[in-house]
Amino acid sequence: MSLKAFHVFFVCISVLFTLGFGAWAVADYSRTGSTASLVMAIGGFIAAVALIWYGLWFLRKLKGVSYL
Amino acid sequence: MSETVIPYMVKPNPVTGIPNGKFAIWLFLASEVMLFGALFSSYVLLRTGAPHWPPEGGLSSEILNVPLATINTMVLITSSITMVLSWASCKLGDLRKFRMWMASTIALSFVFLVIKYFEYHHKFELGHYPSHDNFYAIYFTLTGLHGIHIIGGIIVNTFLLTIGTRMWKTDPEHFTNRVENAGLYWHFVDLVWIFLFPALYLL
Repeated sequence: MSLKAFHVFFVCISVLFTLGFGAWAVADYSRTGSTASLVMAIGGFIAAVALIWYGLWFLRKLKGVSYL
Repeated sequence: MSETVIPYMVKPNPVTGIPNGKFAIWLFLASEVMLFGALFSSYVLLRTGAPHWPPEGGLSSEILNVPLATINTMVLITSSITMVLSWASCKLGDLRKFRMWMASTIALSFVFLVIKYFEYHHKFELGHYPSHDNFYAIYFTLTGLHGIHIIGGIIVNTFLLTIGTRMWKTDPEHFTNRVENAGLYWHFVDLVWIFLFPALYLL
């Protein structure tokens, strides 16, 4: 597996993580009402969208490079 | 004295289908999976065997600094992106951009370590050492081992950025393979953190 393939896998895991983190922060906000949790929730979901956008851009940029 | 040349460092080995260096780094990463896997198993066993986790009461997210760890997670994810861009720059034959992205990766690694230092320092000020209880024992073991891997990555990446770059003039394809192998290691280290962070700080 090349770095390209591993990076795509890494970005997918990161997207899942940021979505999970956002969900955790929303639950924490509803429990504590903390502003920091709300900021982290918004940040988590924005990061997920940014990573999806980046992942697609990366695939386009390295279209000619092998996955092996 | 004749010089020994390791075969298939650039071209794929016909047996494995990949260069020997890449095969070696994947074998190394397999051993790393076993190392961290054993420690994660220890964490699960300690946690499920405890009447309350963390033993002193409360939640992990109340004891550990989640905002700082969140920043550190973003720093590591960004460093993986800069690392892969440094490799892509080599592939495209742009050494100047390689230097820029690799220097960014190293700088982000230091940011991670500095933030980790502040986290550890705060815990030590409160008298929370690994001997405090099982929670802190596994917390310091896992994050400490991960920190050592970050330092290892900094050493390799600094080598590639400085004296290692000489190879670019004589054998750019071999140099690009070295950067790729370093990138595979770096991605693994970052992936470990992505599992460590929710396990230790959030759940």
